[in-house]
Amino acid sequence: MEKVIDIQHLSKSYGSHEVLKDIDFSVKKGEVVCIIGSSGSGKSTLLRCINLLEKPSGGQIIYHGENILDHKHDIHAYRTKLGMVFQQFNLFNNHNVLSNCVVGQVKVLKRSKEEAETVAKKFLKVVGMDQYVNAKSKQLSGGQKQRVAIARALSMEPDVMLFDEPTSALDPEMVGEVLKVMKELAETGLTMLIVTHEMEFAREVSDRVVFMDKGVIVEDGSPEQIFNNPTHERTKAFLKRTIK
Amino acid sequence: MSLEYILTMIANNWPMFLRGAGMTLFVSIIGTIVGAIIGLLAGVIRTIPVPENKSKRIFLKLVNLILSIYIEFFRGTPMIVQAMVIFYGSALAFGIDMNVTVAALVIVSINTGAYMAEIVRGGVISIDRGQFEAAQAIGMNHMQTMLNVVLPQVIRNILPATGNQFIINIKDTSVLNVIGVTELYFQTKTVAGISFKYFEPFFVACVLYFVMTFSVTLILRYFERKLDGPENYSMTGTKAL
Ligand SMILES: Nc1ncnc2c1ncn2[C@@H]1O[C@H](COP(=O)(O)OP(=O)(O)OP(=O)(O)O)[C@@H](O)[C@H]1O
Ligand SMILES: [Mg+2]
Repeated sequence: MEKVIDIQHLSKSYGSHEVLKDIDFSVKKGEVVCIIGSSGSGKSTLLRCINLLEKPSGGQIIYHGENILDHKHDIHAYRTKLGMVFQQFNLFNNHNVLSNCVVGQVKVLKRSKEEAETVAKKFLKVVGMDQYVNAKSKQLSGGQKQRVAIARALSMEPDVMLFDEPTSALDPEMVGEVLKVMKELAETGLTMLIVTHEMEFAREVSDRVVFMDKGVIVEDGSPEQIFNNPTHERTKAFLKRTIK
Repeated sequence: MSLEYILTMIANNWPMFLRGAGMTLFVSIIGTIVGAIIGLLAGVIRTIPVPENKSKRIFLKLVNLILSIYIEFFRGTPMIVQAMVIFYGSALAFGIDMNVTVAALVIVSINTGAYMAEIVRGGVISIDRGQFEAAQAIGMNHMQTMLNVVLPQVIRNILPATGNQFIINIKDTSVLNVIGVTELYFQTKTVAGISFKYFEPFFVACVLYFVMTFSVTLILRYFERKLDGPENYSMTGTKAL
């Protein structure tokens, strides 16, 4: 299978603090990969390095055979190919639901307003928010906001979706509605890279699970392998702590 | 003082007062608008993230330095002195006889710009980082992020401060009488000078100033409510069961 993103020897430091150390990692087309690991292990940093919200300190990010870290690359065009969903939703406060999903298509992809609205409505329907097109961010519940944020990212029709703990800021009763949408997306064959603390969900939807600890990938394998037969002590200890 | 005297004075001099109030409004409206535009531009430039390219970085530093000097200088000196320096200085240095109205517009605009630049910068800084990141994540560059996501929120947030600046301008244009701008204070002084009665004309000016500033307050409040849109949204399509 073709690799959508291929990361080689990626590292990231804040001052002398090395947060990511020599990460080798790739995502294949159509794959659903969950990244798990304890707080501060560098999961968010890895995701943010992939779409260059953080500047990696070293290594390569190969996308369609090209290293996007060499300076010639148009990072804005590259970012349109990665959909990002944040823990804090980050819906644009000055736009309503529909226009959150339209503005990027029109301003960045240069689609016509009509086309953009058609695409936006299609994805708002996928996440079950098509009745709320006129609502503003502050009028929605957390779960609704996150579903709109997912639709906004999908509207750009990216090659891969990145999720950074999409349910961690939600009240417990809203976690389900977001995970359900993500599960449905996974079944459509969308390529997804998900940082999550929802172990049940990771076991169910992933093709692969990656366990990170202290800035390195400790273990990378199928959900059965990671959850049922972890080989590393650190993985075992983490799972013991998180799964009761 | 008699009410009768005030009424006859108004009856005899109303065109002077009206022209004065008109000039005051004209200079403060244009000055506030142009100043707000200067402030937006300066505020946006001062929040550009540090570029990677070395020569671009040095260029940006230089522009920022010039902007800082501009802002600190105009915030740190009285407008009445700036008016004298710019008006008489331009005649002395370049031999231009500046039209007083043009001079008035220039002075109020750059003065307001200096204040607005700081207000805008504060407004940009107060926008949640997540808004910038979400915009960048869908591929927007700095300019697109600013125009489509950040500035609309900044403008909404700084509207009260801009209104405040507008009101200050209505009052402070009175200092421009020193270079002979025929604004309300200048006109009132003229009326008073003719009759040697001071209280009555200035009492009228006082009322006129207050009517102008209070109207601006009311109009801006209405505007703010309008910008915020309706409290509720309407559902579209059929409700899901
Ligand atoms: N901007 C920053 N400056 C300095 N250190 C940072 C910065 N961002 C993150 N770090 C550090 O990098 C390390 C990894 O952080 P990261 O947010 O990637 O962890 P995480 O695995 O996502 O944790 P969590 O599960 O809590 O979200 C942490 O020790 C954090 O303190
Ligand atoms: Mg994190």
